[in-house]
Amino acid sequence: MQVLGIDVLFKGINMQRFLEGLWVSMRISLISVLISIFLGLLVGALMTRRNPVIKIFTRIYLEIVRIMPQMVLLFLVFFGSTRVLGINIDAEISAIIVFSFWGTAEMADLVRSALISIPKHQYESAAALGLTERDTYVHIVIPQTIRRLIPTSINLITRMIKTTSLVMLIGVVEVLKVGQQIIEANRDTSPNAAFGVYLTVFILYFMACWPISMFAKYLERKWN
Amino acid sequence: MSQEFIKVNHITKTYDGEKNILDDLSLTVHKGEVLVVIGPSGCGKSTFLRTLNGLEPIQSGEIRYRGELVDSKSKNITSLRQKIGMVFQSYELFPHKTILQNVMLSPTLVQKRDKKEVEKEAIELLRRVGLEDKKDSYPRQLSGGQKQRVAIVRALAMHPEVLLFDEVTAALDPEMVREVLDVILDLAEQGSTMVIVTHEMDFAKAVANRIIFMDGGHIVESGKPLEFFEAPKTERAKRFLNTFTYETVRKIS
Repeated sequence: MQVLGIDVLFKGINMQRFLEGLWVSMRISLISVLISIFLGLLVGALMTRRNPVIKIFTRIYLEIVRIMPQMVLLFLVFFGSTRVLGINIDAEISAIIVFSFWGTAEMADLVRSALISIPKHQYESAAALGLTERDTYVHIVIPQTIRRLIPTSINLITRMIKTTSLVMLIGVVEVLKVGQQIIEANRDTSPNAAFGVYLTVFILYFMACWPISMFAKYLERKWN
Repeated sequence: MSQEFIKVNHITKTYDGEKNILDDLSLTVHKGEVLVVIGPSGCGKSTFLRTLNGLEPIQSGEIRYRGELVDSKSKNITSLRQKIGMVFQSYELFPHKTILQNVMLSPTLVQKRDKKEVEKEAIELLRRVGLEDKKDSYPRQLSGGQKQRVAIVRALAMHPEVLLFDEVTAALDPEMVREVLDVILDLAEQGSTMVIVTHEMDFAKAVANRIIFMDGGHIVESGKPLEFFEAPKTERAKRFLNTFTYETVRKIS
């Protein structure tokens, strides 16, 4: 136990601190995911419109998100806003803003491609059966879009959960930061703590993401 | 002659100022009549069919269905479309619904008919086309010919007064064409009113009361199937029909 540095996990309230750290990570990612899905659906639907102004704006938005590393965005919002705007945004709120900004763009692009992949004939057969435009969306287009969205959006959600490890760089004490603190605090008594601690972080992330992947698999199997 | 169902009055359609897709086209379809529209590809026959239930807007002229104006933008178009059933070349069934759900969707959702009754009738219709045992399957589990028969049943379930068929066998493997055309022949025998666009000349000859031959957005010739196929009046129709016959190859020995 000593050799692998697993003993530190059971010292004091270390395990509880880990779980608290995990909760911070999950809180940030889940709130961001919910915001991203909601806004992503709206923006994605907008992107299928032929309006040139909407097209240009969404295009620029998407490119910014793709080009900018998330870390730079985090620093820009957290440090930049204090300097330029003179407001103090809480680190966790900054993280949620950045992750939602990122997630919305990616989600919107997924929604857009799912929507345009529904063949024109599906709309036409629905129309020929006397369905109104609203009924066509509710009963034909949206159910098929959601089925096409599941695999890609689950991938995005797990990526967002994993990327929350970046927020420790703006001072949020999440699961990875807790791990580092535990390693630091036990440097003398358990010099090998790094292995046990990071293994634990790995397992915690796995426990968070795996059920989501399994759920997606289940849905795909059910709908196929 | 019996009651007028569809009356087309001098309709014109263009795409972005291009040449006319439909050029001053007029015709009347009476109750119980089976009208078959033939012509080379790109002659506007499919577009013409799609104007009849307002899927394609027209620029001028008008189409009336039993006196009611067919306007793709008007509110009453959904109620008109329930009376005018349509089956497409690409048999677009809804992939996320079972065969039975596909057939029952419009009668229950749009026409708000009793679910139990619709289900009974849907199963009866599926039995008629030999697909009763497929009712709980999904479209992807069916062959092209089976899907097309379901698409016909789906249109019939709305109790339409007229049926439009848009090249319903064009996307099918040759051995599946027959099973679909048999269903349509069966409908013709029961006195259904139909407008059919097809490339199957033998089928056209068998099912039609009247043949409409179109080219370049016009009706070039129309007549009884026997007269049209045996002795076409126009040069254009003669040339078109000739493309379907082949001279026997005589080998030089």
